[in-house]
Amino acid sequence: MTATTTITTTVLDVGEAAPNSQKPVEHPIMDTLTQSTETVGQPLCESATLRMRHVNVFYAETQAIFDVSLDIGRNEVVAMIGPSGCGKSTFLRCLNRMNDTIEGCRVEGELTLDGEAIYGPKVDVVPLRARVGMVFQKPNPFPKTIYENVAYGPKIHGIASRRADLDEIVETSLQRAGLWNEVKDRLDKPGTGLSGGQQQRLCIARAIAVSPEVILMDEPCSALDPIATARIEELIGELSENYTIAMVTHSMQQAARVSQRTAYFHLGKLVEVNDTEMVFTNPQHPLTEAYITGRFG
Amino acid sequence: MTNPTSPAPLTDKQSQVRERIAQRLGSRHRKETMFRLMGIMSVTFGVLVVLVLFTDIIGKGHGAFVQSAIELEVDYDPQVLGIDSVSPETLALANFDAVIRRALQARFPDAVGRNNRRALFSLVSSSAPYELQQQLQENPQLLGQKQILWFTADDDVDTYVKLFADNKRGHFERLSEQKVAWIQQLLDSGELKKRFNTTFFTNGDSREPEQAGIRAALVGSLLTLLVTLALSFPIGVSAAIYLEEFAPKNRWTDIIEVNINNLAAVPSIVFGLLGLAIFINFFQLPRSAPLVGGLVLTLMTLPTIIISSRAALKAVPPSIREAALGMGASRMQTVLHHVLPLAMPGMLTGAIIGMAQALGETAPLLMVGMVAFIVDVPGSITDPSTVLPVQIFLWADSPERAFVERTSAAIMVLLSVLILMNTSAVWLRKKLERRW
Repeated sequence: MTATTTITTTVLDVGEAAPNSQKPVEHPIMDTLTQSTETVGQPLCESATLRMRHVNVFYAETQAIFDVSLDIGRNEVVAMIGPSGCGKSTFLRCLNRMNDTIEGCRVEGELTLDGEAIYGPKVDVVPLRARVGMVFQKPNPFPKTIYENVAYGPKIHGIASRRADLDEIVETSLQRAGLWNEVKDRLDKPGTGLSGGQQQRLCIARAIAVSPEVILMDEPCSALDPIATARIEELIGELSENYTIAMVTHSMQQAARVSQRTAYFHLGKLVEVNDTEMVFTNPQHPLTEAYITGRFG
Repeated sequence: MTNPTSPAPLTDKQSQVRERIAQRLGSRHRKETMFRLMGIMSVTFGVLVVLVLFTDIIGKGHGAFVQSAIELEVDYDPQVLGIDSVSPETLALANFDAVIRRALQARFPDAVGRNNRRALFSLVSSSAPYELQQQLQENPQLLGQKQILWFTADDDVDTYVKLFADNKRGHFERLSEQKVAWIQQLLDSGELKKRFNTTFFTNGDSREPEQAGIRAALVGSLLTLLVTLALSFPIGVSAAIYLEEFAPKNRWTDIIEVNINNLAAVPSIVFGLLGLAIFINFFQLPRSAPLVGGLVLTLMTLPTIIISSRAALKAVPPSIREAALGMGASRMQTVLHHVLPLAMPGMLTGAIIGMAQALGETAPLLMVGMVAFIVDVPGSITDPSTVLPVQIFLWADSPERAFVERTSAAIMVLLSVLILMNTSAVWLRKKLERRW
């Protein structure tokens, strides 16, 4: 089924579901969003690291995510795009259960990381979050020294007990984050004293210090200038050799530059997933096309 | 229009808007000036009130830091004392009263007759024999010798010296003509002088103003505050952390929150009654003790500390919590490693405000018996004691004139402790504060 064949006049009022959502824009193309939640393209892949099936997310009574199924393969970069309030951040935060901290948030569906359930009464979020690291929209280093920022994860998880081991982890993490040369002489200075781009790279170094399998990035460059953004994008390319990365972005150019596959979300539904090149050159769904050509969003 | 240097002509709408703005500009500026003036006036009023308060208290109270003393030559005559050696047993029996009477009579041989001599003997404080006893106890070799000593003057003498001696027009009705003449004589010869009042800082309460001191009340206050701080800070902070970071937000936590806010507004005397009923009547804890006072003040300060601690926790940016949780820190680790250090300065401020409130609290302590007349300096939290504000209340209630200045002096001591506490709070906050 292609969505173009089933045009109905029903506009689901699901935009209200997600926090910070805006009223859906009045546009004829919106009508093409149907009751169906079927995703166009290739949402699934073999030997996936992260496997999500029929995910529904509710904030109290309102539903924010509708029946989303998606796989993310090993060492793959998947970009999630879509208008504000479409649920892409909500979806991302399901992957390391950061939604648990939100009062009244409920996640349904089957989510697995390397075959192990992410949600479940017996799952402990502490080891899960060590395996699925996260980088946030606004750089949020701890108000501690640069060294302590990076060493914090290894310390609490007991990865390195000796000072020498810790020093090594801090150095390699900062090197991988491309920050080592800039901060090696001031590791004992507060991390909050760095520039915005450096802070975000420090947050990335902090996330990779515990050797996670997956890194989630929630609009990691939205608070940065173009030069810092370019530096982070380059870094994401390098990191994808070792890590599986899921990122939310508002910049379609960024999605096109760094990701292998792109997922387009609309009003809580996963509309289309395809190879990035395919999405931007030959979108299959009219909503995707409308969005990437700038007709709304 | 194409020339960029010449301004484009305004449309009608634009010029209308500009005119409207220009018309209202005057009144807007006037209102702002008025508002600023009102602010300055309010601040000035506040500063003036504080100034008046301080000048009044210091003006009345500074006299209490000096105390009149009379110089007398005493003769440690073993026969008059009725002892032949110095030992604790003999000292307890010795007649020091007689030595002082002899010394006074030797100084004023003109005092004859029963009434005159009684008036003469009342020039020195009733504590004079004890001062003499202490002197002999420390220097046993003085037995049988003579010594010139300063003795604390009676409070009436002290009041006369401080208030009436300089301007001769006043008349102090509590002193007879004869007594005034003696005092003048002593003043003129330099045998009556104002000396620094150490008694005020070393003694407990007394019926005699010249022997009354602030020490017992000060120590009582500090012990009570210690109990309060040791109980209310950990309990308050743990309650705040649990409510803010761990408790689910539901009807029960809402009810708890409302009730904490209600408790903060309960009149303190009610806490006193509660303490009387529970701690003293039910648990049989000692009456008048800093322990019970501290427990009662803990009940009173807990809501303040919980509310301010919760506000401090709320002020910690959620991004810090997300960062720590996202790293895989447990909630406990998130709170202990990241949230608490950032919230600590705010919590300390709240605690110090609570302590300052507790320091000045009188009503609940009256109910648990801390209003008793206590002479001894308390040595532990179970000893009977009183506190500074209650001491002020007791002295303000006393009829002797000399207690007026002591009341103000006690207020000065109380305010000094308060200022000390607040300064240390600011210092602590500066030291602990981290920038992010």
